[in-house]
Amino acid sequence: MKIWRYGDNINTDMLFPGKYTYTCSTPEEIKPHILEDLDPAFTKGVNEGDIILAGKNFGCGSSREQPVVGLKEVGIQAVLAESFARIFYRSAINQGLILIECPEAVRAYSDGDMVELNMKEGEIKITGKSFSFPKLPTEILAIRKAGGLIAYTREKLKGKNYTNY
Amino acid sequence: MGKTFAEKILARKAGLKEVVPGQIVIVRPDHLLTHDNTAPIISKIKEELDEYGIVDKNFPVIVLDHVIPAANEKTASNHKKIREFIKRHSIKNFFDIGTGICHQVLFEKGLALPGTIVLGSDSHTCSYGALGVFASGIDRTEAASLLLTGDTWLKVPLSIKITLKGKIKPPVSAKDVILYIIGNLSASGANYCSVEFHGDLEQFSVSERFTIANMGVEMGAKVAVFPVDDITLEYLKGIGIKESSYKAVWSDKDASYSKELTYELSDIPPVVACPHSVDNVKTVNEVTGIKIDQFFIGTCTNGRLKDFEVAAEILKGKKVASDVRLLVLPASRDIFEAALKENIIDTLSKAGAVILPPGCGPCLGAHQGVLAPGERCLSTANRNFKGRMGCREAEIYLASPATVAASALYGKITDPRVVSYRI
Repeated sequence: MKIWRYGDNINTDMLFPGKYTYTCSTPEEIKPHILEDLDPAFTKGVNEGDIILAGKNFGCGSSREQPVVGLKEVGIQAVLAESFARIFYRSAINQGLILIECPEAVRAYSDGDMVELNMKEGEIKITGKSFSFPKLPTEILAIRKAGGLIAYTREKLKGKNYTNY
Repeated sequence: MGKTFAEKILARKAGLKEVVPGQIVIVRPDHLLTHDNTAPIISKIKEELDEYGIVDKNFPVIVLDHVIPAANEKTASNHKKIREFIKRHSIKNFFDIGTGICHQVLFEKGLALPGTIVLGSDSHTCSYGALGVFASGIDRTEAASLLLTGDTWLKVPLSIKITLKGKIKPPVSAKDVILYIIGNLSASGANYCSVEFHGDLEQFSVSERFTIANMGVEMGAKVAVFPVDDITLEYLKGIGIKESSYKAVWSDKDASYSKELTYELSDIPPVVACPHSVDNVKTVNEVTGIKIDQFFIGTCTNGRLKDFEVAAEILKGKKVASDVRLLVLPASRDIFEAALKENIIDTLSKAGAVILPPGCGPCLGAHQGVLAPGERCLSTANRNFKGRMGCREAEIYLASPATVAASALYGKITDPRVVSYRI
């Protein structure tokens, strides 16, 4: 497992260039361009289970969902950041990509440290030192449990009684 | 304890007596905006659309604007697919290419009304805050879900109160004000928050409030909103909307904010957001003389009549520098026609401008106006991210229409106050 480390304000154009927004929509089309303008080494070298560790305001900018879909497609286990931009955060819930907002853990990390995630307990360990992060509200966990928002919506429509989450 | 705009409107829409920041509520927005991205949205839910249809034919507003006219077979096929979808589901609010940029179209067609909630699969949906709308961006997947069910969850945000005090000194404009604020607050300074504008707002037309609200997302805001006043009422009356057809919402005087900030407008000079982030803001004096290859006036941020009037006043009877390009992009057909009538298009064209169709392509490097490696663009748009205009080795600077027009005369960043004096 590799940790890919980036700074503050990593925007959606760095994550997925706008020029492809209306020609690439499926996970397969998105994959070759993920992080293309930020870090070509990531595009070539990312592996299933890798983690991204970033600073403040990760995912700021456009509402395009290709960054989230692409990170999920290449198998990113989680994005750990000091903070996230809201549309990106919401989109990650919809796609089932794990985001963890934990500034203390990000600041504690040094190159080469081991990172272990325990989603059930809401805990992250950086070379043995442990940090906790808040669990998601039940409304949001329900979307994740269903396997993303489209799957969740399908269940709602089938149930026909979907006024409450 | 009084309530903020966000707390009041979300309580009303969720059918609750009151809500508090952090609470999650279920709402049915009044409209859902989608644009060229409607094509991938409907692909996601093809089977569900066949089985259940859309929730309400009046609910979606669909505007073709991002890659218009189509640039290639793929984008042409997307447009075709969307037009077929519109017919099949008898969708009422559809605007084909040439009508305008989606956000301007919602304004002009009376589809963004005070006291309503509009969600859109475009980050600049926050623009409608100019008319007292709770308006915010979502992704395509959520738009797909909304098309089917009509409802979604929203977290009640904390609110920031920004008081604008005193008078701006032209040629300083609304664009300078919002760039200055973002430079001060940072690109994440309003993350997840509802930003309310208070103070001496009567000097800002609805168009100028649009410019300010449009850029709310550039400081991370969920919504950026203005109160409904005589200027709003006058605008809505002008597009045929009766006061009885909406119910405005505004914060209580004793509402509680996570932050309260005041800006003295007379202190704000013309400013420029430098590469590669919107909060990298400098005064025009600090960057005067930087050589520019392409100038761009227009977009949903600054593509309205007043913006072109300002530019035309500066460029009238003159030519842009010999080794530069000037692109002009009105935000809608109505604006283009008004500018034609006022001879503004003629003035800008004679000064050397290329007039583009009302769309979003150049802004995100998806269509037209793409930069080459090593080039610089001075633009009235809202983002200057690396690669934003299609080339990661190019640089984008953001400024007001006055600064861009004045700079185009000399081919380099120029203080519009100096040019105004010379006129």
